Amino acid sequence: MDRTIKMMIGALAVLIVLVPLGLLATGETFGEWGAEEVKEKLGYVPRGIESLGSLWSAPIPDYSFPGAETFTESALAYIASAIIGVVVCAGLLYIIGKKLTAGRSD
Amino acid sequence: MHIPDGYLGPYTIVATWLIMIPIWVYSARRLGRELRSRQVPLLALSAAFSFVIMMFNVPIPGGSTGHAVGGAIIGIVLGPWAAVISISVALVLQALMFGDGGITAIAANCFNMAVLMPFSAYYVYRLISGTSEITSGRRTIAAAIAGYVSLTLAAAMTGFMFGIQPLLHKDAAGYPLYMPYGLDVALPAMLIEHALGFSFLEAIVTALIFAYVQKADPSLLSYGRPSRA
Repeated sequence: MDRTIKMMIGALAVLIVLVPLGLLATGETFGEWGAEEVKEKLGYVPRGIESLGSLWSAPIPDYSFPGAETFTESALAYIASAIIGVVVCAGLLYIIGKKLTAGRSD
Repeated sequence: MHIPDGYLGPYTIVATWLIMIPIWVYSARRLGRELRSRQVPLLALSAAFSFVIMMFNVPIPGGSTGHAVGGAIIGIVLGPWAAVISISVALVLQALMFGDGGITAIAANCFNMAVLMPFSAYYVYRLISGTSEITSGRRTIAAAIAGYVSLTLAAAMTGFMFGIQPLLHKDAAGYPLYMPYGLDVALPAMLIEHALGFSFLEAIVTALIFAYVQKADPSLLSYGRPSRA
């Protein structure tokens, strides 16, 4: 494996350890409110947001496990989510990339 | 900038899927043609990087939070077609597994962050770089500006998609059915918080990674150059 790739994997590992820093930012993100937040803002919930908002139940909603309450628990859940994300993304694209370049020598 | 389910109405949902399906198919073909076997680990790591970078929420004055995407550096190094596939994989996983971004909005989110972003970054970078040396400081600056411009554009498009919803979908009483804020609110909100905040973060991330690659292995920066082996 060449040096750049090793370095990048190292950097990725550091980022994963540091990822709980991303939890420190509290505040809303424009357009990503939940139904309750919309209700607070407008006094009502637009019907589409109400009916489609819960269309999909993600297995790990908001990168957190049920019952994670303290910062440490949330941080561990966030790190675990990052690891899942990295492994699945990298794994999937590695397989796709290998298939696409099969038989090439460059 | 991950649009959730329920914020975009059926017109926008259908239109974005109709736009994205051929883009994904064509991107996969281009990737198959252009990808070199030594770039495969880089492609894999790029999606992983993008995934993790998007988890680093940062606050900006005014109470809003957001993040960089990493879409610019991927577009510049691996080329925009590879970036489409790489970032789309990260976004689809975020939606399906973590509920970050709606599943009906996958195409819209991919259009903004996985298409508009890497393409605009790539062309801004090419335009500013001109014929300068691969290792030149001019290219580092070009990468930074590409990061800034591309995230700002993606944010503006997200704001535009949000903002047209009240025009497209109202109930009989005149209440909006999906995103309630129109262009007058959504567009400036998205534009200002990115142009004054998060886009600088994207610029820094892009320039740092670019400068590292320039030093460590400038041969990786040959995408789009006639001499590529």
